[in-house]
Amino acid sequence: MTIPQTDSNPAPPPPPVDQPPQRRWGEFVIERLVLIAGVSTILIVGLIFFFLVREGLPAFLDVPLRQLFGDRWYPIEGLYGIWPLIVGSILVTVVAIIIAVPFGLITAIYLGEIAPQWQREILKPLIEVLAGIPSIVLGFLGWVALAPIIQQLGAPTGLTAFTGSLILAYMSLPTIISISEDALYAVPKEYRDGALAIGATQWQTIWRVVLPAASSGLVMAVMLGIGRAIGETMAVMMVTGNAANIPELSPTMLFEPVRTLTATIAAEMGEVAQGSLHYTVLFGIGIVLFLITFTVNSLAGRLVGTQTRRKRGQL
Amino acid sequence: MSRQQVQKLAVGIITGVAVLVVVPIVLVILMIVVMGIGAINWEFLTAMPTDGMKVGGIMPAILGTIILTLGTALVCMPVAIGAAIYLAEYARDNRLTRWVRLAIVNLAGIPSVVYGLFGLGVFVLFLGFGTSILAGSLTLGIMTLPVIISTSEEAIVAVPNRFRVVSLSLGATRWQTIWHQVLPQALPGIITGVILGLSRAAGETAPLLFTAAAFYLPELPRTILEPTMALPYHLYVISTQVPDMPLSIQYGTALVLLLFVLSLTLAATLVRTRMRRRREW
Amino acid sequence: MLPKISIQDLYFTYDDGVEALRHFSLDIYANEIFILFGPSRSGKTTLLRLLNRLTDLIDKAEIRGKILFNGQDIFARSVNVADLRRRISMVFALPTPLPGTIYDNLTYGLRVAGIRDKAYLNERVERSLQQAALWEEVKDRLHQSAFALSGGQQQRLCIARSLALEPDIILLDNPTSGLDPLSTSMVEDSLEELKEQYTIIMVPHSTQQAARVADRAGFILDGELIEVGVAGELFTSPKNQQTDDYITGRFG
Repeated sequence: MTIPQTDSNPAPPPPPVDQPPQRRWGEFVIERLVLIAGVSTILIVGLIFFFLVREGLPAFLDVPLRQLFGDRWYPIEGLYGIWPLIVGSILVTVVAIIIAVPFGLITAIYLGEIAPQWQREILKPLIEVLAGIPSIVLGFLGWVALAPIIQQLGAPTGLTAFTGSLILAYMSLPTIISISEDALYAVPKEYRDGALAIGATQWQTIWRVVLPAASSGLVMAVMLGIGRAIGETMAVMMVTGNAANIPELSPTMLFEPVRTLTATIAAEMGEVAQGSLHYTVLFGIGIVLFLITFTVNSLAGRLVGTQTRRKRGQL
Repeated sequence: MSRQQVQKLAVGIITGVAVLVVVPIVLVILMIVVMGIGAINWEFLTAMPTDGMKVGGIMPAILGTIILTLGTALVCMPVAIGAAIYLAEYARDNRLTRWVRLAIVNLAGIPSVVYGLFGLGVFVLFLGFGTSILAGSLTLGIMTLPVIISTSEEAIVAVPNRFRVVSLSLGATRWQTIWHQVLPQALPGIITGVILGLSRAAGETAPLLFTAAAFYLPELPRTILEPTMALPYHLYVISTQVPDMPLSIQYGTALVLLLFVLSLTLAATLVRTRMRRRREW
Repeated sequence: MLPKISIQDLYFTYDDGVEALRHFSLDIYANEIFILFGPSRSGKTTLLRLLNRLTDLIDKAEIRGKILFNGQDIFARSVNVADLRRRISMVFALPTPLPGTIYDNLTYGLRVAGIRDKAYLNERVERSLQQAALWEEVKDRLHQSAFALSGGQQQRLCIARSLALEPDIILLDNPTSGLDPLSTSMVEDSLEELKEQYTIIMVPHSTQQAARVADRAGFILDGELIEVGVAGELFTSPKNQQTDDYITGRFG
């Protein structure tokens, strides 16, 4: 209904401003569609988990758990111990993060605190370019260029855990740099000015004031870097040698071939029969990966905290 | 050491590390360009591969990647932009919204090979699409959702609130306000986000392994229910699965893929700066 | 005579718990210029925004009491809010052109109401620009960007944009705050003519401006309506001590 109009209006009556009903109906439909699009993201996460479980659950039921988490992965002989794969993934990821975090963080400090404007304008796009290089291309370079170098350094083969870690570290850098940079940028300028005003050097300011203030953002950078690294597939598959063995704890353990969870799925899924035990175990590995990344990302997501919302009524 | 010496040393080390990070980026690109440029000619880009892929061109792979990228766009754009509008314009600060945000963070973090498993389980097997362009596009499309949702939401939120208030005060409904005022202003940002998301998708291999990609096809696919070759998978195949593959073809393929992906990134950047300059507010 | 607007014992509390209006009752009649004045943050803008329900945009705000428009409760479920905002139109404190041309701005409210008739739109554009004393300045560049206008022109454009809808009531929230004296007097002069056709409720830039343009005025302090009166009496011999203090500049 509309609000009654008084006759005190001397101008000619305007055309009716009532909205035709079908338009408001259309609006209702559109708003529902938008809501469905938003909620569909929850649905998709649920569907992904559901289908992983549907295909992969038999692995946990049919293979005795002791064997499933055992240390021998020989699918041909019916041995599905994923422990070597987990160790492989952890080894490659941890080393990659140990390399990438200091490099990424220091680069972020350079970009945010030291570099003059003109350098920033060159470096930032370059790092975006790095983020844009497909992982398969970096994997390819690792395979044709980096592996031979590693071999020349004395490893029996160039395809080692360390080769994988190097490539992975490089791929994680853009993530770590950009999130660290945001964290540093969020530190109020007053903190810096205050420290410099009482006579601290630029380095003391960065070390004692800026870094501690940015620490929670930096933790998030590390976590998302881990999430990115542990899920990487193609590049790792190409350069880690794909041997499902557990390296002995020794100084040279990094220079042995390993095989990761992701690479195992990618390499073997193409050759298994649907519904076979091997097939379900590969989906089981998918469940493990899903749970690891889900945990890491949920924790990181919590760190982001509640976003500050704009006040809707304000201009 | 005095404080000043520490300061000098620290800045020196930081600068050195930054150089160490940045220089290899240039080297990587230079290396691919220098080693790959020799392989690129008209035939390489337009011919079918022959003789065990060691001769001829990579046209089916290029075409496959283009088609998969377009398919990805069709799948993810409506959902992603809808979800972004929901989050930016309608979502209240309640439990549902927090769940949606959590879901997006997690979608962004799921490993690409797990998306491949999902695509295999749902699209290839359960829905019976088989290994096909359709299954691959759907898988890549879902994988690309979180990137495009986040960038689009950012673009929408960046539209000044006064345009919304003024539009509403003139009797526009909420959706009219979004359609006539918010979306036109957010469009450059949304387009940039979409292109960036697609450039990621175009370079992905793992989600296609069991959903769309073919090792070698003698003919081009005729329908979207057939498998296709794709550049990233092709690069994987010719570099690790085929012995005695000429190095120039490998580098040439890598170069074409890199150019394809980086030109999308460049296009996104151009859209952003071009349309920002035209903006009046 | 039936009041155009009747505010009855209104309370408004923001989502952060701040009570912006309390025990507020006021009648406003057709074709008058009613001025609502008082210190900043006393609730004037909140009241204007309540009248065309822009306060709907604030989640969890609490409203008690009634606002009747032509005898009709504006918060009733059956009220079409978009329609209400066309009938009670708002001009904001700062010039707020929408992106697009001058013509786009002027016809926006009509277009979202579903009006497509070109001749009618053109006629509304010309008439509203004349009423806002802007026609001569912009008639040759209707299809240029609204942002190319000066601040004073932009604000008159915003007034014309509201007039194009032929509302019953125009809410002016300190419309001359960013304007130079010349633009200010152009806006003030146009009010006299506008009240022939419209009811005007305005928050003024200053007490002097209030005294210049008001038919009737109300003094508002900390969310309460202290005193209402005919302009001539209220500004020269207020009955309430607080009003007197404010007008004579002893506070605020």
